[in-house]
Amino acid sequence: MEYLSNINSLTSYLPELMIVVTILAVFIMESISSYRPLTYITTIVGLIFAGLLLMISSSSTNLLFEGMIINDSLAIFFKWLILLSTLSIVLISRDDESVLDEVKGEYYAMLLIITLGMFAMVSAKNLLMIYLAIEMVSIPSYIIAGISKNDRESNEASLKYVIYGSFASGIMLFGLSFLYGIAGSLDINVVASKLASFDSSLTVYMIIIFILVGFGYKISMVPFHYWTPDVYQGAPITVTAFLSVAPKAAGFAILIRFFYTLFIDNIEILQWPQLIAVMAALTMTVGNVLALNQTNIKRLLAYSSISHVGFMLVAFSIVSIDSVVSIMFYMFFYIFMNLSAFYMAIYMSNKYGANEIDQWNGIGLKAPLLSFFMVLSLASLAGLPPTSGFVAKVYVLRNLFAESNFLWLGVVAIINTVISLYYYFKIVRAMYFMKNDELVVQNCNPILFWSIIIFSLQNIIFYFYWPNLIESLNMILINTGIF
Amino acid sequence: MNSSILSLLIFLPVMGAIGMLIIAFLGKQGLMKTENKDIYKYVALVVTGVQMLLAFFLYANFDPTLPVTQSPFTVQFDWIPSFNIEYYIGVDGLSMPMVILAALLSFLCILISWNVEKHVLGYFSLFLLLDAGMMGVFLSLDFFLFYIFWEVMLLPMYFLIGMWGGPQRHYAAIKFFLYTLFGSVFMLLGMLALYFYAPGGNSFNLIHLITQAPQIDASLWGFDMRFLIWIALFIGFAIKVPVFPFHTWLPLAHVEAPTAISVILAGVLLKMGTYGFLRISYPLLPEEAVNFSFMMALLGVINIIWGALNAIAQIDLKKMIAYSSVSHMGYVLLGMSGIVGTESAGAQAGMNGAVMQMFNHGTITAMLFTLVGVLYDQAHHRWIVYPMDYKDPELAGKLGFGGLASKLPVFNGFIILAFFAGLGLPALSGFISEAMCFIGGFGSFRVLTIIGTLGILLNAIYFLRAYQRIFLGPFNEKYSDLKDMSLRDMAVIIPLAFLTLLFGVYPQPLLEIMRHSMTKLILLVQPFI
Repeated sequence: MEYLSNINSLTSYLPELMIVVTILAVFIMESISSYRPLTYITTIVGLIFAGLLLMISSSSTNLLFEGMIINDSLAIFFKWLILLSTLSIVLISRDDESVLDEVKGEYYAMLLIITLGMFAMVSAKNLLMIYLAIEMVSIPSYIIAGISKNDRESNEASLKYVIYGSFASGIMLFGLSFLYGIAGSLDINVVASKLASFDSSLTVYMIIIFILVGFGYKISMVPFHYWTPDVYQGAPITVTAFLSVAPKAAGFAILIRFFYTLFIDNIEILQWPQLIAVMAALTMTVGNVLALNQTNIKRLLAYSSISHVGFMLVAFSIVSIDSVVSIMFYMFFYIFMNLSAFYMAIYMSNKYGANEIDQWNGIGLKAPLLSFFMVLSLASLAGLPPTSGFVAKVYVLRNLFAESNFLWLGVVAIINTVISLYYYFKIVRAMYFMKNDELVVQNCNPILFWSIIIFSLQNIIFYFYWPNLIESLNMILINTGIF
Repeated sequence: MNSSILSLLIFLPVMGAIGMLIIAFLGKQGLMKTENKDIYKYVALVVTGVQMLLAFFLYANFDPTLPVTQSPFTVQFDWIPSFNIEYYIGVDGLSMPMVILAALLSFLCILISWNVEKHVLGYFSLFLLLDAGMMGVFLSLDFFLFYIFWEVMLLPMYFLIGMWGGPQRHYAAIKFFLYTLFGSVFMLLGMLALYFYAPGGNSFNLIHLITQAPQIDASLWGFDMRFLIWIALFIGFAIKVPVFPFHTWLPLAHVEAPTAISVILAGVLLKMGTYGFLRISYPLLPEEAVNFSFMMALLGVINIIWGALNAIAQIDLKKMIAYSSVSHMGYVLLGMSGIVGTESAGAQAGMNGAVMQMFNHGTITAMLFTLVGVLYDQAHHRWIVYPMDYKDPELAGKLGFGGLASKLPVFNGFIILAFFAGLGLPALSGFISEAMCFIGGFGSFRVLTIIGTLGILLNAIYFLRAYQRIFLGPFNEKYSDLKDMSLRDMAVIIPLAFLTLLFGVYPQPLLEIMRHSMTKLILLVQPFI
């Protein structure tokens, strides 16, 4: 592991630079009204180029920018997930009606800034960088949550998000300052070595809790989830779809990197997995139980995403390479199933103005193909075999058995699966069992149509690449050098 | 041919369902005429017909003395190597009767559902998926595969009940779904525990686990791990059987489901629970099976008595038959508990009786539900007695039918056969298997079995009373335009009636295929007594 100087680092930082260029280009085009329609295509091209650069960028354990950033294989995996979510959201945004056309340019730019922030988040190796990255994700998120200026709910969502977010990141900063105080350095590796010989476990425990407030708020872990339902419900639906996947992936990446670097040597004394296990049980249960009575689709999916975070936290409560694999596996398919469910919700919301479950009545027989794939996504979200959601859950549960630890958590998790089935199938019930003769079927625009199908299809065709995926996830983790 | 026949049994229906979707797609593109929805019915009929022939072919070439590992039909290869999941399917004396039952009933159910007019494509393609799931469960020898097939059935079943069912179908569908999922997630935990705690490498291979699982030596929360695994699996299977007190989903689902689906539910799905006990719980955890056999007998007797008492109280014919299923599945549990009998004849009788009862109840209950369906299709109700709060106060508390015997002689003949088979009349198949279950139970649990025999009496009460109220007495003129059974109905009933009669007087063919497997199972469990 060596430290690269700022200039030398730039060659390993090309995808991010590409995004920066795209952001600038979009901002400039946005200000010239005749170029404004080009912002959409510019964003897409920029993201695709960033993807190509990401493809050729090789992972290394070298620290970039004097130790600020690392571009290891773990970071690259999560960058792919983030890029995929951003690109898929941008693709469907042009014809989306929840964000007004006049602010589309800003909206794309904000999405790009969030992406850049998340890229920094998954690769940050420095306490200050972590804080900056999280803020870089948060502040544009507040803006796009409230991007529908004339919509009171959207404004309310934005304001709640700001208040909650700044409070959480303030507490996290407090925790980070403790670490700085102990180690005298902002570099995570230095902090980790100092922390290993630091013998006040109470202080470290306090630090863990403070930091979990910040990370937990990003991934909406209970009890820091209160913003989630309100923001998801109020924000424009494409923004909600985006917030429900990409920041979660970034949040888990930083959670993995941070905890597995800093708090691994003194795990025997600290026992933080106990804390995570309790949080996981709470997150799943609260998410699922509160979802039961929701009638608003966005709010329901918000609670559902909380419960999925809980499930991933179950894996996080076991410290092993397999459990990190299972988190990544889960996240990978969670993105597909959640986005495809959201796409269907976007279609319903745009074409039928349907935000409540009742308004979905009868769509199953009127738009059979899309509804079929929606059922597939919902079955996967509920974790029914033979979908990927089921296999992801099995991977999570298997860690509990492999380490023979927290088996009670396994019981909580499976009971939660049963609870979640009820509310997911409330949607299916509305789609297929309820009648609405007045419903006139509307055409879905082709990008959205194919997005739903391709994303949803992953839940069943993953059997073809499942072993390879696991294999490469294992390789990724072996190459990171964290383990 | 031999090595692919089992895979064909499972995936033929899937291909059929995909074929239907292709036909529908072609129809939409104008390349094919699909205005006449009957094409989907014919596809389903052909697919299940071929599947049934394959099952018969399998039966004809099946050598019951060979262990499953040496059978020419067994297929085994790695599926997901990183997780040690195998595609391992095979057929032995336990699964053979179930495969035939499932294939036969699937075929007959397509005939039963011939007059479905609502969303024909959806109904028949879902039905075929359900069929594939059933076959998969009975043929899997890998626990993970077993679990996947077990769960694959839930989704089609949910839609089949929820879209084509009776007035309370939405509630019945989700209740069925939640109940069974609740059971199966516990089974999932049991499965993972077996995978990780069994010595000799992590494996889902059920044959491999027979030798490894009994050696599990761990404890959790002060309980032995094997005990906890047993409990987890028990919850999963017991809900499916259903064992008292998990039976409350059953009457609702059976009553609300369309006729063919009731037949599949009662005829095949309930057997999966007891099949799971015999395939997984007993051989893998023999010590717990022995320790739990009293519980099994007790629950069996409770099922027999409680189901029968409930059936007596019913005034809806279909609900009565649904509760009779609860009662009849109790015999299977009682027979299974006989495995601890020290006299080998008793254990043999109990185990063979249990599997025979699974098969025979499948055919008998299929007849019963079909016949109720025939009556309901014409009369549009199936009240034995109208309830006191019936919407038409003229009818409240009156008999629903009456004197149908003279009007519908053929129907009457078959219903007599079905009712008497249900109440266990000698010379009909139900009697043989029930008697064997009692013999098995009596060897180990005398008092309980004696109480259980009361069930025969109670069964007779509700069947005979229902028969009397519907078919005897003065003819109700309201039903003077009822027609007797059609040829299609007869085509469904006659094979079932034939099997009921055949196995009532000559159970040997059935007994012969299962006997060897049951002996092996008994030998596995007996050392732990």
